[in-house]
Amino acid sequence: MLVALLCLIPTLAGLVAFWLPPGPGVRRLLPAVAAVHLLLSALAWSEPPGGGWLGLDSLGRLFLVITSVVFLAASVYAVSYLREEPAGLQPDMGGEDPFSNAKESVFVGCLLLFLASMTLVCASRHLTLLWVAIEATTLASAPLIYFHRHRRSLEATWKYLLVCSVGIGLALLGNFLLVLAAAGGTSGGAEVLWLDRLAQGPELDPHWLRLAFILLVVGYGTKMGLVPLHTWLPDTHSEAPSVVSALLSGALLNCAFLGILRGLQICAGAGQAPFAQQVMTDFGLVSMAVAALFLLSARDTKRMLAWSSVEHMGILALGIGLGGGGVFFALFHALNHSLCKAAMFLVAGTFLATFRTRLVARLGGAIHTLPVAGTLWVAGFVALSGTPPFAVFLSELGVLRAGLEVHPWLAAAYLVCLATAFVGMARVVLTVALGPPVLAPPVRESWGKSLPPLALLLLALLLGLWVPAWLLEGLRQAAALVGVL
Amino acid sequence: MTGTIDFLLVSMILANLWVLGSSRLPSCIRAVAFQGVALGLLPFALYPGHITWDLVMLALVSITLKAVVFPHLLKRALLEARVDPQVEPFVGHGISVVVGVASLALSVALFRRHPLPIVPPSDLLMPVAVSTLLVGLFMLIARRKALTQALGYLVFENGIQAFGLGVLQHAPLMVELGILLDIFFAVFVMGITLFHIRRAFATLDTLEMAELRG
Repeated sequence: MLVALLCLIPTLAGLVAFWLPPGPGVRRLLPAVAAVHLLLSALAWSEPPGGGWLGLDSLGRLFLVITSVVFLAASVYAVSYLREEPAGLQPDMGGEDPFSNAKESVFVGCLLLFLASMTLVCASRHLTLLWVAIEATTLASAPLIYFHRHRRSLEATWKYLLVCSVGIGLALLGNFLLVLAAAGGTSGGAEVLWLDRLAQGPELDPHWLRLAFILLVVGYGTKMGLVPLHTWLPDTHSEAPSVVSALLSGALLNCAFLGILRGLQICAGAGQAPFAQQVMTDFGLVSMAVAALFLLSARDTKRMLAWSSVEHMGILALGIGLGGGGVFFALFHALNHSLCKAAMFLVAGTFLATFRTRLVARLGGAIHTLPVAGTLWVAGFVALSGTPPFAVFLSELGVLRAGLEVHPWLAAAYLVCLATAFVGMARVVLTVALGPPVLAPPVRESWGKSLPPLALLLLALLLGLWVPAWLLEGLRQAAALVGVL
Repeated sequence: MTGTIDFLLVSMILANLWVLGSSRLPSCIRAVAFQGVALGLLPFALYPGHITWDLVMLALVSITLKAVVFPHLLKRALLEARVDPQVEPFVGHGISVVVGVASLALSVALFRRHPLPIVPPSDLLMPVAVSTLLVGLFMLIARRKALTQALGYLVFENGIQAFGLGVLQHAPLMVELGILLDIFFAVFVMGITLFHIRRAFATLDTLEMAELRG
């Protein structure tokens, strides 16, 4: 019941938003729906999963709460953002190519539908429904990326649509192969697509199961941004409005990760966990390494954040691949990364609105021009790079320990990647914050734009100091549900 | 029914070769629509004993979308954007057709070597499905225009759906409808995007869209 409401409310609100006139009314719909959504998600935390199409198990619950928290922060930011966006033509970053925005009502409507589709991803109890939901997230978010009617955002939107749709098509093929894998056993074909059947450990043919898992990882991995399937990610995350980038990095990537975790659950149930973990470890390490190298040569604030997302998705994949405590800490890291990365994207959006450029070469002295946002920018970087006492430190340390237990070389490679990424990001972040000022201070800052990232970072700090018992228990249950040892 | 099944499957193969060999965009759109009709009729031929109202409705929706709505959408994008109707491939038409035939041979060989754990209703079904999927992927890579890439995506989805037909005799109706709905909106959003691409770039050539690097 609660789950159905969680999906229905944003859907209906989104459809209503399309017909509302642009203005403060339609903007205020965003935080209102987001608050209700978070409240319901919190209520659903202790509700046991039902037997139907929709239900929240411990993994679904965890990712739903992450999505909901990030969405609430982004929606509050979006109200100020939309108020301050000029109507009509506005100059491009470089000043040569003016562009206008899409309709505000459409933007708000798509944001709410995006929330609805992500909720459906978390609540799906059937693998094909999960597929439908993940594809729906692509379609709901494509118009969001093209909010600024600009050539570059159009290019990014096209790339996103095509690469993700094809990737997700392969995941559907993976679903069909799962049915094939079950066809020889007693569990009976298509029944295997019900997640509830997993607990009974269906008999699956290992040959087809492995192929199915690879297709699932390739399919959902495209959406999650695992290298070499990440090609759309830096473009899309950098060209989208920052509110959308925050949601893409903070919420959507996790939803795709959930899709892969479902595949992992199946493999673990059928005794193929070691194979699946090897695949995840490889993807994880390659993603981290490639992202770290690109971070070294980052020239653009939002592209840097996008590459950092690729790196952190690599950490999630690696943590799951390592098994043991790694699973728990990977799930904890998914939460921590979402909080910090969403905060940083929001701050990057404030910078973009003030300086009208994302190029590091043309930025500087943000901490003088925008004291609040500049401080949050540096704090976000400190949090994201795994400095104590922020929570990312704990989760990255946890993955490191899991790596040490498996093989010291794995742990060493992991550390090298983290250090390289740190160096690359530090250069950009510090130049932007502390370099020679490019704008005369002070610029007025609105609380609507400062509070959401501040709240997210405070949460990340709080989790680093104290994790509430219910969350700890939820994470433990979710890690157990993944089922790899 | 084997005759009907084979007829429909051969139609799908012909559509693949048609779309690969055609040098005009409207003709490519027609080829993909034709393939959609063949795919939509396929369940009736494959499972004649299981014809239910659900199945009929689903087939009607599927055929309407693929043979009427999608071609209409894409043709409108083509007309309104006044795109030059030439295909302009990276890989020539002759070689493309050879690739299409080779993909079929490859798929047949693949299923010879790795027999399925189930008996599909037709020997040809799975190879045709995989070959169609590969042709779709090939079109995504080997064609320059954004419109042909959208067509490639449709062919790719046709292949996956044909594969699903061999594996799942009757998937839950809700799921099938969900998949169709997703594909519908994908093409819808792509159609709108195509229109904007033409307006912003004055061409549908994806080579022109190369600002985002690094």
